[in-house]
Amino acid sequence: MTETAVATHDGSASEAPPRPPVQVLPVRGLPIVAIVVVGVIVSIVGNWTWALMFCHVAGGALWTAIDLFVGLVVGPILGRLSIPARAEFSARFMPKMVLIMPTVVLMTLAAGFQLALKVGNLQTSNPNHAWLIASFIVVGIMAVIALGILEPANIAVLFEMRKPQPNGEVVGRLMKRFVYTAGVTGLMQVATLIIMTRLATQ
Amino acid sequence: MSATVDQPTAGDVPRRLPPVSELAVVSLALTIIGGVLMASHAPRRPPLGLPVVFLAVSALLVAADVVILTRLRDFAWSQFFMVARWALLAYVISAGMIELAFVRDHTRAAPLAVLTAMLVIFAVDVPLIIAYTVARYSS
Repeated sequence: MTETAVATHDGSASEAPPRPPVQVLPVRGLPIVAIVVVGVIVSIVGNWTWALMFCHVAGGALWTAIDLFVGLVVGPILGRLSIPARAEFSARFMPKMVLIMPTVVLMTLAAGFQLALKVGNLQTSNPNHAWLIASFIVVGIMAVIALGILEPANIAVLFEMRKPQPNGEVVGRLMKRFVYTAGVTGLMQVATLIIMTRLATQ
Repeated sequence: MSATVDQPTAGDVPRRLPPVSELAVVSLALTIIGGVLMASHAPRRPPLGLPVVFLAVSALLVAADVVILTRLRDFAWSQFFMVARWALLAYVISAGMIELAFVRDHTRAAPLAVLTAMLVIFAVDVPLIIAYTVARYSS
């Protein structure tokens, strides 16, 4: 077990609660990810409506709920915490997100595209076509934010936290990115909810 | 083992590094826009003009990133390659799944070639951004 001391540059330090070793990727979760990925591949290859619907709805529900909760509830709380507290929280929280988010996103998008093709929503003559394109655009924006800004920042925070003496300024700066972008993706998820409920009721 | 979290001070000035991540994010955005344009025409054959333009600019940006990286000195290369390797594995699997969906849906010839090239850029861009972000703070 490691210990965390909050140090300032003048050399003074105060004792903080023990800090667990930081693991960038929770290896124990990888078999679950493998099962999900194989499940999605089998659903696509078999083109089974129920399996595709399950992957899309279950993955989408998790993705939306996590994004909204993290973006609109956890994010603002995190923004008001002290840097050592943010670092402590992120060391425990981010490894889970590194594994969960890419998996649910992949599950939702791959199954969703296949499902749209199968039920004919992608046909230009289909009344749902415009809504589907709107959802592509929203997902595209979220993908750029999540893959280009959010995920690299999360992983960089974890690597910083693995150092014997993590730099609070670096952690704080990277976490600020997380707080802002999580809020934007949370709002994008509201748009997704509107689009998907329109799609389901047309 | 005892660890400390440094509090920020006004004296900490981060080292300026070239905008590799920024270029890769623009490249990723162009690839995604091209992909959305093509997917919006499925299952019909999509017009390839705009997607190919986006793809070409995106590939140029990746090439520019590679050139910038080769000229970089005093950089945490071991950290960079360690992260890039694992991220590349993860995103090659993701890209492979997307490719599978398109092949399964009978996307063929030129549209498949453009999509494959876009997926290659996607699978390179994301690990590049992650690895560079991690390594720049380790340098």
